[in-house]
Order: sequence, then structure tokens, then C-alpha cells
Amino acid sequence: MWEQIRSNQVRSLVLTVVMGVLLVLVGYFLGLAFADNGVVGLVIALVIWAIMSLIGYFQGDSILLAMSRAKKITRDDHPRLYNIVEEMKIASGLPKMPDIYIIDDPALNAFATGRDPNKASVAITSGLLQKLNRDELQGVIGHEISHIKNRDVLLMAMASVMLGTIVILAWYGSRVMIFGGAGRSRRSSSGGGQGQIIILIAALALMILAPIFAYLIYYAISRKREYLADASSALYTRYPEGLASALEKLGASTGQLKTANQATAPMYIINPFRKKGRAATDLSSTHPPISERIRILRSMAGGVSLSDYEQAYSKVHRGGGSIIPASALAMSAAEYEAISPEKRAKEPDKLTRTRETSDLMWKMSDYKTVDCQCGTRLRIPPKYKEPEIRCPHCGRINRL
Amino acid sequence: MLALWIILGILGVLLIAFIVIYNGLVRLRNQVKNAWAQIDVQLKRRYDLIPNLMETVKGYMKHERETMEAVTNARNLAQKLSGGSVGARSKAETELSSALGRLLAVVENYPDLKANQNFLALQEELTSTENKISFSRQFYNDSVLRLNNQTQMFPSNIVAGMTGFRAEEFFEVTVTAEREAPKVSFA
Repeated sequence: MWEQIRSNQVRSLVLTVVMGVLLVLVGYFLGLAFADNGVVGLVIALVIWAIMSLIGYFQGDSILLAMSRAKKITRDDHPRLYNIVEEMKIASGLPKMPDIYIIDDPALNAFATGRDPNKASVAITSGLLQKLNRDELQGVIGHEISHIKNRDVLLMAMASVMLGTIVILAWYGSRVMIFGGAGRSRRSSSGGGQGQIIILIAALALMILAPIFAYLIYYAISRKREYLADASSALYTRYPEGLASALEKLGASTGQLKTANQATAPMYIINPFRKKGRAATDLSSTHPPISERIRILRSMAGGVSLSDYEQAYSKVHRGGGSIIPASALAMSAAEYEAISPEKRAKEPDKLTRTRETSDLMWKMSDYKTVDCQCGTRLRIPPKYKEPEIRCPHCGRINRL
Repeated sequence: MLALWIILGILGVLLIAFIVIYNGLVRLRNQVKNAWAQIDVQLKRRYDLIPNLMETVKGYMKHERETMEAVTNARNLAQKLSGGSVGARSKAETELSSALGRLLAVVENYPDLKANQNFLALQEELTSTENKISFSRQFYNDSVLRLNNQTQMFPSNIVAGMTGFRAEEFFEVTVTAEREAPKVSFA
């Protein structure tokens, strides 16, 4: 498995380098077009990128968690969720327990963040916590943990920073060129002539094309990592059906996550902006189609290893394509057996889960809970300062 | 002169290869140790949980003395062997797992117990601990396999032999009963 991570990193790194070349080109041509000196533009582009990367590296996870309005929970808040995360942490051999965050949103989604396995977090929506049973939740958490384990989180964060820099540079560059650059080029044409115009046209074309290419590369990296995370999740949980059935529920839900945006989309387990009926090989998608991911997981025929996933993948793709490098398949020779359904954990039913989740959400918003003797449960807002409260149902006075 | 440089160069390459392989072996051995410590933590947690479980269950299960005693005995035996070899331990722990499995299966006959909040929390903790044991065992075995491969395969076996790395023992499920699904009878 370690081999596969490395070799996948190589593949993704190549794509990232291509993106870096795009960034350099954009900077160089901007410099050429405005200051008659490509190196100046190049340096400016790299400086902007470096600053954004530093921010992304050190603050990326807190920015992402703050943007999605996620709240941290402890073991006592939700022991089952904590246990599931800990189980997956152990199965993946992660060195440290990741922090767990809840997003108060009925949409079904989850993401992982953190620059390295020692400083990682997983966040899930309250909708997910409520709708998924233990096995399904375990599949989802396994997927997220493997994003951390495979260093996808860092890679995607760095790639998205680069994408952001290219998009910003190209946007400003093309605006200035179209609306402000025309006058300057006329002046210089008296001396420079033909060459200057060609450079301007090339620069303009680059400004338009670079962001598009950058997006396509970004999506390609993202899709690769999704398959790998699915395969790893099946391996960690040793129960592919858990993730498959979770994805089914996720795919059937229609709610879009309110706090997600294009830049953060690849971090989630399913694309938060997906539309129904997308083509199977859509280049402009951060995630492979859910139906395909489910089909692969269900074609694993009782096996749980990476090579089982690989076989299932080529079966679904009619023998074409490979998703996990050969070196990885050779490494995972240890015998993995699926866990039989009879041995799966017992768990509360849907109603209990819903109650648990809503209790958790109230608690996270600092509401106090008082159980009246008549059986009514009173939720008391944090601003309520009186020492006692009257039950609206039976009229008893409850002390706080 | 040239020959001297070539010999020095070869020696340098060999030295670097030695260092790389040795460090890899050390990393693997530490991973095995770490994985074993993980199993240990979870097994200890299970020893701690079982008395609590027995206390909760006692009031409800009047007719399951045998099943309950089997769990307590298996726990005490496993705890006694907890300093022993990997092989002896894995046997005792598997015994405990199956005894616990039988107890939790019997719980189905006691609806009052199944509704007990305390019991539900304990059950979640126990099943999760069982999961953690089996996940950490998987990770341990995975690490052991990789270490053993390295100590036996060329050329790392030379380095391993020189520096005293040995193959480690797997933590295996020895009792076949655990692999079978429990039989349900409606007699």
C-alpha cells in the first residue's frame, strides 16, 4: 500500500508540475506583454503563488473548516462516531487521532483536511450522521481517512492554490490587456512592429486557455484520488458494501451543501454541486460518477483487497484502464478477509439516530436540555438567564 | 589511480545502499512494535470493559450462568497470559472473543436488557473495541509481513542478517469457530 501511495503521488505530481508550467507561462507572457520583460512577470507570478501556498499550507485547514462552519466535537458528544473514526485510524495505521467536526447541514457530505497525517481533521454533515448506519458511516470515514493517509489533502490543497493563482492572474491579465493594453501596444508598434503583436495575441490566447487547462488538470488529479480512496476504504473497513450503500444514499439525496464552493469541492466525498444524469466520463467533474463508484465496489465479489478493486474496476470498464499501479498490487499480498454480516456491529435504528443527531446539534449551539416530569423535553436557549422555566405542556415549574 | 577511485566509488554506493536498507528495516520494525502496542491497548481496554458488562448484565440474565462464567474465565486467562508470547496470546484472546460473541448473542432473548441505556453504551464500546482489535491485528500482520519479506528477500536479507533483524510472528485467528457465522435455531 505504501508503494501505491508513492507511485500515485508520482502520477499526481506530474500533473501538478504541468500546472506549475502553466503558471510560469502565464506569468512570463504577462510580463512580456506589459513590461517587455518576461522574467519580471514570472517572478511576480511565483511570489503570488508562494504567498498563497504558505497561507494554504499553514492556515488551509482552519480556513476550510471555518468556511464550512464546522464545529469540533469530543468523544462524549457522540461516542459512536468517535469510535468509528478511531477504528479507521487504527485500520489505516494513522499516527494520530484526527479531530472530528460536524457541519450543521441536512445535505449528505463529508471531507477531510489537514496538511499531514499528524494534523488532520474529518468533517461530516449532521445529515450524514443521521441518515447513515454504522457500516455506511464507517465506509465514508474510511474514504476520508485514506485521503489523509494518501496525502491527497495536501496535494489537493496545493493544487487548488496553484489553480487559484492561475485563474486570478489570467483574469486580471486578460481584462487589462483587452481594456487597457490596446493603447500601449499601438505606441510600441512604431518601434517593435510585428513581434509585439504576435506576443500580445499569444498572451491573450494563453490568458483564456490556461485557466481552462488548469481546471481540467485539477479535476483529473481529483478523480484519480477518489478511486484510490474508495479502494482504500474497502480495504480498511473490509466491507465494500458499507461504502457502496452509503454512496447510494448520498447519490439519491438532492440537497446541495450550502457552505461548499468550487475550490473546496474536491475535498468532499461526493461533488457538492453534482447534477443528475452526468455523462460517465465527464472531464469537468471533480469526482467520478457515483453510479460507477458503486458498481465497482459491488463488483468486488467478496474480496476487499486493492487487487480486488482493480479487477472490479477493469470489469466495469470492460477490461480497459488501470487505477492502482502494479507495484502496489504486488505489495498487498497479505490475506484480507471480508467481515461477515453477522459479525457487524449492532446499532440504533433510524429514529434513535435522528434523536441523537438533533440532541448533538442543540448541544453544539449551547442549548440546555431539561426533561420535564410530564415527558416533555425543553430546549433552553443560551440567552435564557432565569433560574427556572415553566413547562408549556403541563405547567410545572422546572428548576435549571 | 583510476582503479582506486572506482573501488572507492563502489564502496560508497554499497555504503549508501546499506544505510538505506538498514533504515528501512528499522522503520518497519518500529512499525511492527507500534502496531503491537496498538493491539495491546485495545486488549487492555477489553479487559476493563468486561467486569462492567458483567455487572450490568447480572441482574437480567438469571439463566445464563455458564455463558457468563465462560466470558469471565476467558478474560482472566487472557489477562494472565498477556505478558506471554504472541502465539499463546492470540489463542487466549480469540477464545475470549468467541465467549463474548456468545454472550452478546444470548442478549437477544432479553428485551429489558436490550433497552437498558447503560448496556447499549457498553455494547457500543465492546463491539467497537472488538473492531479495533481486529483492525489493529490486520495492520500488525500487514507490518509483520512486510518486515518478514524484507528480512528474507535479497539483498535486504544480507543487511538484516548482519544487524540481527528477525522475522516476527503473526497474530492469527486460531479458533475456526470464530470464522463461522453463528447458527440460529428456532427450536
